[in-house]
Amino acid sequence: MKRFLNFVWKEFLHILRDYRTLLILFGMPVAQVLLFGFAITNEIKDAKIAILDFSKDNVTKEISDKILSSGYFMLYENLQSPKDIEPAFRKGIIKEVIVFEPDFGKNLERTGTANIQLVADASDPNFANMVIGYTTSIIADYQSELSKGKTLPAMINPEIKMLYNPNLKSVFMFVPGLMSVILLLVSALMTSISITKEKELSTMEVLLVSPLNPFQIIVGKVIPYLFLSLVNSAAVLILAKYVFEVPTVGSLPLLIAESTLFLITSLSLGILISTISNNQQTAMMISLGALMLPTIILSGYIFPIENMPVVLQILSNIIPAKWYIRIVKGIMLKGVSFDYIWKETIILLGMTLFFITLSIKKFKIRLE
Amino acid sequence: MEYAVEVKSVTKSFGETKAVDDVSFSVEKGELFGFIGPDGAGKTTLFRMLTTLLLPDSGSAVVDGFDIVKDYKKIRGAVGYMPGRFSLYQDLSVEENLKFFARVFGTTIEENYDLIKDIYVMLEPFNKRRAGQLSGGMKQKLALSCALIHRPDVLFLDEPTTGVDPVSRNEFWDMLGKLKSEGITIVVSTPYMDEASKCDRIALMQKGKILDIGFLRDIVGKYDRELYAMKSSNMHRLILDLRAEENTDTVFSFGDFLHYTDKRGVIDKVQMKNEMVLKGHADFSVNEISPGIEDSFMSLMNGK
Repeated sequence: MKRFLNFVWKEFLHILRDYRTLLILFGMPVAQVLLFGFAITNEIKDAKIAILDFSKDNVTKEISDKILSSGYFMLYENLQSPKDIEPAFRKGIIKEVIVFEPDFGKNLERTGTANIQLVADASDPNFANMVIGYTTSIIADYQSELSKGKTLPAMINPEIKMLYNPNLKSVFMFVPGLMSVILLLVSALMTSISITKEKELSTMEVLLVSPLNPFQIIVGKVIPYLFLSLVNSAAVLILAKYVFEVPTVGSLPLLIAESTLFLITSLSLGILISTISNNQQTAMMISLGALMLPTIILSGYIFPIENMPVVLQILSNIIPAKWYIRIVKGIMLKGVSFDYIWKETIILLGMTLFFITLSIKKFKIRLE
Repeated sequence: MEYAVEVKSVTKSFGETKAVDDVSFSVEKGELFGFIGPDGAGKTTLFRMLTTLLLPDSGSAVVDGFDIVKDYKKIRGAVGYMPGRFSLYQDLSVEENLKFFARVFGTTIEENYDLIKDIYVMLEPFNKRRAGQLSGGMKQKLALSCALIHRPDVLFLDEPTTGVDPVSRNEFWDMLGKLKSEGITIVVSTPYMDEASKCDRIALMQKGKILDIGFLRDIVGKYDRELYAMKSSNMHRLILDLRAEENTDTVFSFGDFLHYTDKRGVIDKVQMKNEMVLKGHADFSVNEISPGIEDSFMSLMNGK
């Protein structure tokens, strides 16, 4: 145990001495959260829309004016028939089409309810969501103005239709994705580099010809990064909460436990990478190319998995981050309990055991 | 007598190349044993097998009473090893490196301080300096201290003086001499022939094979031919001219001189000088010399 602690102490010294890497390790998550965070909360300004008005009465004109004068939207064209909607979107300029039903004003006056359809280009799900949100709130505003002093409130039902991504399932929720990428990067990349560094500087030779056993070497390498990554994820959570008001709805201890599990998955991947690469460069290439890239692309972090071709959807199942993102989304955004994420947890656990077994088997007690 | 290291026909190949080819030798306890040979002779591979880092393809070896394959864990605690490349943590200070290795072996600097004292006093002024910023000689001293910190029974030093200035090299050999008197068996390798005289016994290695093994004077004593040192102002042309001669056996360049042997054995120096002056080597000189280890090595290498 003393030997082991000694090893961990040495690892911490390495990390602390390399202040450039340390700066990147802690600066990167903060920078990413801020970047993504601000990119996402950016207000909509002059988004181009089209209007298809079957009614053309005073009420629809008032609503259109209110929407267009809000500063968020700009009229690009007036459409004449529902057939025009699809081609209008295809041009890629307009973000939303507002459709008023025939006799909109009459319906509202007579029955108190009228229907409006909002069609959005959800190929960018996040933006579509915002556009719809803004429009509905303007309509709601108009509706409450109209209802003032009346006994029977006016009801305008906005019917929302998301084109190209109807369910809007994978709303770009950057915090869970970012957490997974940071944890993966810090754990897998840094451990694989730090182990191969020992090989490259031939200090591994000296370590092997010592009473330290491989298990102590590996675990000793892993512990400092486990600690670092936990600090990092805490930083992301705190930033998310206080800067962007993305609070953690569910249980924090559960989130930490699941994050630790994912960390161990990433660390074991890092060890595995180090057993197959002989220098830091190879380790870095494998970590970035074979680990980071698929994680960013296939985990649902940036691109919704539901929108991918079936082959990629199937492939995404072997990406540990996919399951972790699901777990984090569940706990952070929906506040679900363990009952809802046990499946994902078991998958992650299985992957971790697999990687650990493989890397212990592959770890060489000699030089070849 | 039990040996500190006993190797029986050990062979190790990497693909087609036989890095170590049927090597046998034994090192007595408390001996300072040197492997001498050029780069690629197989010294490092041999050392790595003896320190359990590589498995031999065939043959067996016992280090400090333990088999290198079966008892590799016991060997790992009992020997000290200093690889050819500087293998300490460059970003840790002198003191931290030493502390780390002491703890790895379950000991403390204080416990074995007397063993490393002579070396460590030279390092102590730089205690807080990062190992990466030390000079080459200092790095070697630190590496030696780290390899010694657990008072190993057998110490393996793979080319410890390569890339080190001559003064530090001498100091280093003096230190090895002191360690020897502490009863530590030392197995060392070097590409420098002149360091052979510092060892008790030496083994000359070339292309994975041991050419000869024994005391330096015995190895050199086996050299039974007449050897001449020659010199002229145009050394390059002199080599070419001598090689063109019918009776020339070997000509090698040794610093400022050429070492020459003749198929006839003894030569007529006056006649030789005349011939060479005729060929334009006005300031030609020739003298008999006694052979050194390099001459032995060259002659063994050529199978003569």
